[in-house]
Amino acid sequence: MSDFQHPAILETKLALGETTLLADPSQIVDLCRHLKENEKFLRLTSITAVDWHPAEPRFEVVYHLHSIEPIRRVRVKCRVSGANPEIDSIYSVWRSADWYEREVFDLFGIGFRNHPNLVRILMPLDWEGHPLRKDYPVHGYKYGYAKE
Amino acid sequence: MKQSFEDHVATIAATQETPAGPAAPRRMTLNMGPQHPSTHGVLRIVIELEGETIKKAEPDIGFLHTGIEKQCEAINWAQVVTLTDRVDYLSNLANNLVYALTVEKLLQLEIPPKAQWLRVMLVELDRLNSHLVWLGTHALDIGAMSMFFYCFREREDVLRLKEMFSGQRMMTSYIRPGGVALEPPRGWEKAMGKFIRQFPSKVDEYENLLDSNPIWKIRTQGVGFISIEDMLDLGVTGPMLRAAGIPLDVRKTEPYSSYEKFDFQVATRTENDVYARYRVRMEEMRQSARIIVQAMEGMPEGRFQADAPHVVLPDREKMKTQMEALIYHFKIVTEGFRVPAGEAYQAVESPRGEIAYYIVSDGTAKPYRVHMRTPSFANLMALPALLEGTLIADSIASLGSMDFVLGDTDR
Repeated sequence: MSDFQHPAILETKLALGETTLLADPSQIVDLCRHLKENEKFLRLTSITAVDWHPAEPRFEVVYHLHSIEPIRRVRVKCRVSGANPEIDSIYSVWRSADWYEREVFDLFGIGFRNHPNLVRILMPLDWEGHPLRKDYPVHGYKYGYAKE
Repeated sequence: MKQSFEDHVATIAATQETPAGPAAPRRMTLNMGPQHPSTHGVLRIVIELEGETIKKAEPDIGFLHTGIEKQCEAINWAQVVTLTDRVDYLSNLANNLVYALTVEKLLQLEIPPKAQWLRVMLVELDRLNSHLVWLGTHALDIGAMSMFFYCFREREDVLRLKEMFSGQRMMTSYIRPGGVALEPPRGWEKAMGKFIRQFPSKVDEYENLLDSNPIWKIRTQGVGFISIEDMLDLGVTGPMLRAAGIPLDVRKTEPYSSYEKFDFQVATRTENDVYARYRVRMEEMRQSARIIVQAMEGMPEGRFQADAPHVVLPDREKMKTQMEALIYHFKIVTEGFRVPAGEAYQAVESPRGEIAYYIVSDGTAKPYRVHMRTPSFANLMALPALLEGTLIADSIASLGSMDFVLGDTDR
């Protein structure tokens, strides 16, 4: 089940019955196209990120893929540095990447190159900061709750 | 500064559009929402019209964003259950269940059969609740007002049952990591049995009311088509996909919580329109009623919580008599239980489609990251594909047939 072959895959891990592929962020579009066309992962179920602040590389962009025939799921992870968090958009592979990439951009501040419309989606357009980053306080900055 | 009359006329003239020739296409931009009764929540759609045809539809979401994923990182594992209730406020138990299953996967906990059966039964009850609200409001949008009263009559019974089990009508928090919150109440079999045995006849009643109504059929048949390729590409799941003939249901394909031991069918249709989505949901209600009857009749004996003292709160009686139970109680209440470091992803079939949580733990008493892959968010992405090229009069029927919840979308 977990023998995926592609030059972009750096490491394959099997834990709790789930397959995780650690991939090279510069080849993510290639890898995704390979998984969609040759491994039948027709569905991209979600894109999200995890912030490992203050470790470096700081962010992990996490893709969850789903294949209907045969039924299986795989998780692809890419490590992205905190200094200049950017990765290629996979909108050209799955259109469902559109809003998920916007959400990650909005809440984590990770840029997606070649995304057709990379603007905030959940927060107001003029919001400052990226709330799901670990250095962003839970109550935000607005009303001074963050000051102890 | 006071304007002269001439200035005033000049200002008006400057704001007027130059009249286009009869052949020139004229587009009108229509703003629908965010406070619109038929969007069932705060959804804004900017629609570009040419005549009565929608040329472009752009959903604008985020009005109900409450930062639930951020809040999850600030509270302990047990407290998060109460937040999951509030994600999708029409199917709270499905959200409780997916969270509990993901945490149990990380903890590698074995859940006793009785708790699993109770979970299945109540999640299916919640599916009835959600579909009833959907049917009532969807029919109301299209103009069949009386449906609303019929559906909410049965929904009231569902809410009473939920209250009987958990003490709460809506935000039940009944399914928790390690099992369920409480022992089922005395007399639940009687109350549940009374409701569930007469429920299929109610579904027949709704179908009779709607299917013998020519207006309902004209408004729904052949409306709201979206191609299967578009749906798969855009991540649509749930009744919308099944109404196009794809029997994708997580309960069947990747059974969780002992669903493989229940006998039910995945409802599908092939017409792929608003009417087909309605028929799929009606069939799902019948199947859910079947599952509830099976769960009731086959309810196993035993504990309703896992034997894991470091996760599950001890019985009141034990806590007062046994030292060990008291220590565990103190630790769980003051500090919260710890979850081994790792990551897990679990999908569950909610009334709206596939809901999945991705949880990362760093080994402490608080989640490091909780990501909620909610069905409404992905389904709404298909809204432009669904609306563009159709008539504005059909947009409300199409919107209603998607059955989204904005709390689920924005989180």
